[in-house]
Amino acid sequence: MNAIEVRKISKSYGKLKAVNEVSLEVQEGELFGLIGPDGAGKTTLFRLLATLIAPDSGSASLAGYDIVKEYHAIRSCVGYMPGRFSLYPDLTVEENLNFFAALFNVTVEESYDLVAPIYKQIEPFRERRAGKLSGGMKQKLALSCALIHRPKVLFLDEPTTGVDAVSRKEFWDMLQRLKEKGITILVSTPYMDEASRCDRIALCNEGRILGIDTPTGIVNGFRSPLYGIKAKNMFALLEEARKARGVEDCYPFGESHHLVADSEFNLDNFKKDFDGFEGFFIEPVEPTIEDMFIKLMKQ
Amino acid sequence: MRTFSVLIRKEFLQLKRNPFMPKLIIMFPIMIMLIMPLIMTMDVRNVNVAVVDLDNSTASRRIASHIDASEYLSLAAVTAEYSEAMNALEEGDADIIVQIPSDFERETAIGGNKRISITANAVNATKGGLGMQYLVQTIARALAEIKGERSPAGITELVTVKNSYNPTLNYRHYMIPALMIMLFILVCGFLPALSIVGEKENGSIEQINVTPLSRFTFTLSKLVPYWLIGMFVLTVAMTVAWLVYGLAPAGSVGLIYFGAALFILVISGFSLMIANFSDTLQQTMFVMFFFIMMFMLMSGLLTPVDSMPDWAQKITYFLPPRYFIDILRSVYLKGTTLADMWQNFTALGVFAAIFNVLATVTYKKQK
Repeated sequence: MNAIEVRKISKSYGKLKAVNEVSLEVQEGELFGLIGPDGAGKTTLFRLLATLIAPDSGSASLAGYDIVKEYHAIRSCVGYMPGRFSLYPDLTVEENLNFFAALFNVTVEESYDLVAPIYKQIEPFRERRAGKLSGGMKQKLALSCALIHRPKVLFLDEPTTGVDAVSRKEFWDMLQRLKEKGITILVSTPYMDEASRCDRIALCNEGRILGIDTPTGIVNGFRSPLYGIKAKNMFALLEEARKARGVEDCYPFGESHHLVADSEFNLDNFKKDFDGFEGFFIEPVEPTIEDMFIKLMKQ
Repeated sequence: MRTFSVLIRKEFLQLKRNPFMPKLIIMFPIMIMLIMPLIMTMDVRNVNVAVVDLDNSTASRRIASHIDASEYLSLAAVTAEYSEAMNALEEGDADIIVQIPSDFERETAIGGNKRISITANAVNATKGGLGMQYLVQTIARALAEIKGERSPAGITELVTVKNSYNPTLNYRHYMIPALMIMLFILVCGFLPALSIVGEKENGSIEQINVTPLSRFTFTLSKLVPYWLIGMFVLTVAMTVAWLVYGLAPAGSVGLIYFGAALFILVISGFSLMIANFSDTLQQTMFVMFFFIMMFMLMSGLLTPVDSMPDWAQKITYFLPPRYFIDILRSVYLKGTTLADMWQNFTALGVFAAIFNVLATVTYKKQK
């Protein structure tokens, strides 16, 4: 049985189609990533699945329960961590945890083995008010509270946004361990580099899903040759490269530009044409998820 | 049960940690009860009277001295020129002009009909109106005295006035119950709404909504703390009224608490309902202010319902404070019992039920 099944679900806010006929399936115990820029509809999808809003059309089920008809059953088997910190800032770390345990009718002791690896890191600050914690600690507390009732499915909406690089890595390590305990995790992130830590990912944009596959599968789907080009005058290089023969697309990518070649592309001719650029340099590069995302977005 | 007690504990913890709220809840009733009764008075004192004495007789001087001696009136000037008195009125030195015509004493002695004329500045209608009444009474008393001296039969009082229940006609005693109700409206009308909207603004309501917690328990957890706070506010207000103004309820204290218990439920339920329909603090405050204005100005707190136009009197039946002000004033000043006021208690009970059911139903965990 799939832990999450979404069938052609849609939700609009006025004229804006926040989620547009999205379908996806997540297997039990899978770490599934929703990758996409701001405004892709990731948060709306989470809110639909967490039963905070009702869909306009389509349906979805979690752990076999329908999100509309059986929302009551869903609430006790789902953990939801919103993108914005939304615990009580005026309660302490410990009080927040006890409070949410009580709302789910469990005790902290019952779930301690599950929560402990994360909670132990913030336990020294258990008397500190949640509002006074640092960003990374807030995330750990929010994750602890979302796990307190041993959910079958965990929703994490952009958990690493605004968190430093070290904490981000730690956070993904924690998710890996939770996954090993059999919890299905649906996580969203705007950072493409985090996508590789997921079992499977869905690339989303403007309320639609552009593609679903494993991170390697997504990258392998990028069949065109890809080059990185550099020169002293990067802007002029970009302009010229876009006009050159055999170039499907060229876009800035970190320190260099990525150039997507089509069948008419000839590396030697291209080198000759661009020799006039001061410090010109070209090399073949491996495509990344971001390259695939850009390609899919333009189709 | 454990969930509920944790919810209540959380409300009080949050309240306690708020740097401002606990002070407000204690200081608010004390300040209002200490200051407002002193300034909210409809008793008109120090009405300045200018006497235009064209008669210059014993009778006219007697009238002037009676005015001077009155507790409510003070003699601003005695002149022989109306224009001079009019100037004083325009300058604001006098509020009322009394003109005693020439030959007044002689004419009254032979039964003639020379009349005293009174001109009042009615810009402040209450002062003008009440001042005029005091003045007429004072002059009548002076004239009766003069007549009594002439006919040995003695003074015959024509009118006797006796104020039952509030014998000294102390406006303060009339206003103190109204002030208590205003305190409930402000404390128990605003705090529950602010608490819910606060959760909406900091996002914690989303975390509550994804739990299996029922909306009934959640609504109840927002009602009970403010109900207890309301009872505390009542106790403080009653103590101040007793210690400072010597006003103790003529009727049963238990009945006052019972009425307050119902009324706080009404106003808190109403407040929760408003909060359910608002997304932001500003929105809640603005809507609450609108209703609070209606509650305060239309429920007979400040002006008697009986003197309102007919259509407005009908509207007051839909305003819960109307029933509670009746209860509070009657029990405080008259010593009314439950048997006399059961309709009012029933009305409050019905309002409490309606508002709280609506507050629960309109709280949506899913949009």
